[in-house]
Amino acid sequence: MGLGAIGAALGEGYTAGLANEGLALRPKKSGDILKNMLVGQAVAESAAIFALVIAVLLLFLGTETPYLLKASAVLAAGLSMGFGAFGSGVGAGFPAGQASLGISRQPAMSGSLSTNMLIGSAVCQTPAILAMVVALLLIFSDFSSMPLFPTWAALLGAGLSTGLAAIGSGVGGGLAAGASCEGIARQPLSLGNVTTTMLVGQAVSQTPAIFGLLISFILLFSGFPESTALSAAMAPLGAGLCMGFGGIGPGIGNGLTAEEAVRWVARNLENTGGLTRTMLVGQAVAQSTAIYAMVVSLVLIFVI
Amino acid sequence: MPIEGAEIVKAASLLGAGLAMGLGAIGPGIGEGLVGAKACEAIGRNPGEAGLLTRTMLVGQAVSESTGIYSLVVALLLLFVV
Repeated sequence: MGLGAIGAALGEGYTAGLANEGLALRPKKSGDILKNMLVGQAVAESAAIFALVIAVLLLFLGTETPYLLKASAVLAAGLSMGFGAFGSGVGAGFPAGQASLGISRQPAMSGSLSTNMLIGSAVCQTPAILAMVVALLLIFSDFSSMPLFPTWAALLGAGLSTGLAAIGSGVGGGLAAGASCEGIARQPLSLGNVTTTMLVGQAVSQTPAIFGLLISFILLFSGFPESTALSAAMAPLGAGLCMGFGGIGPGIGNGLTAEEAVRWVARNLENTGGLTRTMLVGQAVAQSTAIYAMVVSLVLIFVI
Repeated sequence: MPIEGAEIVKAASLLGAGLAMGLGAIGPGIGEGLVGAKACEAIGRNPGEAGLLTRTMLVGQAVSESTGIYSLVVALLLLFVV
């Protein structure tokens, strides 16, 4: 909850800052700008609200089955949602801020800008939603039939994997969406191309979070044989940490590439094809480290 | 549960492998993204040089990739050799 709130606060602060800049540029449009700012902030806030829901669930949860295992599951749920909401909160702030500023520059486009902002920030929210799915599974699945050792570590790893990987994808998706709102305000004719490039770029930025979700599901449901050895617990925990941290960098990196590609599609429309191709090549290389992290995670889970 | 020296080493090397690859992926991921971003910017400004720029981007990314590959090597060493 705490981590989730930090992200949402940063994102909303950025939005409010750019909205104020927009108001200074074109005070007559204050109504439209304020409306757009509030809608955008509401989306950024939703990540924090997910975190709040999970936090409240955790507070009022009964602790029936094996106490330590349950403790590990709820701790993992909290970490997953907290980290996951951080990225999406920050990310959703970028499109909201740029759309608010864009309305002041190009008031005629306020409808398209708001629509584009909502599409972009909806994609930014997906990592937070993936993290919430993992958190809810951790809270409500019945793990009582599983052995305490090493399941506790697998559950913790599952929470960390999606939660941490979601930070990168949330921020990365937001960078692309922010540039698209900026681009539409600069060159309204580019609307279609910019939205398409943004969605392609965001889709690639989301993949680290999806890798994280994959590892989480494997850790949650593969059912490890009982073993009190310390190494049996460290392998699934290490797998979760590996994929989680490993997803942060590629998520942000893919977002940076997508941001610049979207910005230049808006300025140089006839070159959309070449830019999209370069963006995809660049993202594929940046993605490779996330794939290494996934390979190491899978080795830790299945080979060791 | 009795924990012996060899067991601690094994457990630490598994956790260490995960941390090495996980943390090691952050830098190259962001760095390669920056290279890709600048290449897109440059192609946007000067589409005629797209071939040269893509080549430069790939060389630059390959170099930033090296630390990611070091992490992978260290992680695999920790997993299979130690």
